[in-house]
Amino acid sequence: MNKENEKLEIQGGEGVISAGEQAEGLRAAGEKNLSERLAMKLTSWKHHPGSAAAEILVWLAGLITMLAMVFIVGFILIKGVRYLTPDLFSPTYNSENVSLVPAFANTLVMTGLSLIIAVPLGVFAAIYLVEYAKKGSRIVGLIRITAETLSGIPSIIYGLFGLLFFCTAFHWGYSMLSGSLTIVIMILPLIIRTAEEALLAVPDSYREASFGLGAGKLRTIFRVVLPDAVPGILAGVVLATGRIVGETAALLYTAGSVAQIPQNLMGSGRTLAVHMYVLSSEGLHMNQAYATAVVLLVVVVGLNSLSAFLARKLQKGRE
Amino acid sequence: MKKGKISELVMKFVFLAAACTSVLAVALICVFLFGNGFPAMFKIGLPEFLLGQKWKPSNNLFGILPFILGSIYVTTGAILIGVPIALLTAIFMAHYCPKGIYPVVKATVNLMAGIPSVVYGFFGLVVIVPFMRDVTGADGSTMLTAALLLGIMILPTVTIQAESSIRSVPSSYYEGSLALGATHERSVFFAVFPAAKSGIMAGVVLGIGRAIGETMAVIMVAGNQTWMPQGIFKGLRTMTANIVMEMGYAADLHREALIATGVVLFIFILIINLSVSALKRRTMYE
Repeated sequence: MNKENEKLEIQGGEGVISAGEQAEGLRAAGEKNLSERLAMKLTSWKHHPGSAAAEILVWLAGLITMLAMVFIVGFILIKGVRYLTPDLFSPTYNSENVSLVPAFANTLVMTGLSLIIAVPLGVFAAIYLVEYAKKGSRIVGLIRITAETLSGIPSIIYGLFGLLFFCTAFHWGYSMLSGSLTIVIMILPLIIRTAEEALLAVPDSYREASFGLGAGKLRTIFRVVLPDAVPGILAGVVLATGRIVGETAALLYTAGSVAQIPQNLMGSGRTLAVHMYVLSSEGLHMNQAYATAVVLLVVVVGLNSLSAFLARKLQKGRE
Repeated sequence: MKKGKISELVMKFVFLAAACTSVLAVALICVFLFGNGFPAMFKIGLPEFLLGQKWKPSNNLFGILPFILGSIYVTTGAILIGVPIALLTAIFMAHYCPKGIYPVVKATVNLMAGIPSVVYGFFGLVVIVPFMRDVTGADGSTMLTAALLLGIMILPTVTIQAESSIRSVPSSYYEGSLALGATHERSVFFAVFPAAKSGIMAGVVLGIGRAIGETMAVIMVAGNQTWMPQGIFKGLRTMTANIVMEMGYAADLHREALIATGVVLFIFILIINLSVSALKRRTMYE
């Protein structure tokens, strides 16, 4: 569509042409080669200098955004890959090898624990909002407002709350459990929103058919609606995983920063992102910080691509 | 049959309870933050706390004005740097990007939104800080450094929101403008763009929220001095940085003062959230 518009505009730049000629010209423009199109573009730019400036700015902005991203990722990957030494992957941490294995294991535990709690909670909440709630009911409004509020709260506030609530009021101290419960609250709105969208995308005819065959509401939800919404829900879960893996501020003062795998969930342990923050703020192990950044980046990029893939799959299935 | 009915009813309440967790969470967050923060504020004295220019916990001086201003300055800088580029990028994606490379651009922006803030902070630390040190000749961790890094970080947030609201403008706006003889640029900038302004504003405010709440990246590049902000080439400390810098060892009133800093930040965020949802609602009515 964009290309056609461009041609239209080029035609417009050349002055008054009758409708028939314009149609003819348009067809011709489609067949013109690149250099001629470029020449036409230049003529049109001469007539509309403001438009030319705007077009250049827009392309420049797009370019800057792409370059910034490529530069950040490229810089860290290129400078960091060479520091991925075997030492870094020894099973236990000490200040000699600065191993990231315990932090990686903690990240897996933290992610697993948070998802086990947050996913059922979020999906059930979405089921209530989509399948049960009446439109415009007051409780639904309240739930939506609070979920929206939660999704706008920065992670440091969650960290403070976790510290006050789980660590202090419950006397759990810095522990994996405090950290993961804090994370649960943080990712809940994301899971609710994506699950809601996935459920809403299930055609009503599925539900009607299921009811028509005599199934109850519960059976319809678990046997018909949910299975169809799985890719969409998964896309949200994977996105949430990415957020958990990259989270630092909410975990620093809830899960603590001990560089070992804790004995149990009540022990403190740092995740990969916290590990990286500690390394780079100490400034003693910058090379290892580079390598950790590479691992973190690869994991997060992988998760985001997986989420996008799942979302696309859902869309394709619908068409 | 009856058993089925009971389980239906039970599950309905389970679903409802799950849906109410978010309400409970917000209530708990408010109660615990305000309950721990406000007493400290009154103990210190509200004017001394909010308008005090000195933060010296060892002398019982808890003035957070430097950090409030620090947060506002850094956020303003980030908006000035990030928003123009983000809006132009959104226009680029919606109306200029050739179909062939659109998926690449879209994926890049999405990926940019997914990069953890600690990685951005690290990038700032090893690239932007040394660069700024060369520029200023003295200190690399400055207000400008933090604003620049935050400007990059809010790019995807604002771009994604702005692009979707530009796309939701009916194509008749664009076509009508073209038919009246306007160029492609004029149509996009003066017909489509203004029609999307509520959604775009919501995106900008979302970016403000992200910038003011950002913690790890800012800590790593802003210098964190407790003085009043002294210019764009000098270091400063934000509210978020204040909490993380000192929470590790603070006790008693010092700790409570840090929580109170969190409360002030939380109030800022609530105001920003309210404006976002008001703007979004306006978009819906339009």
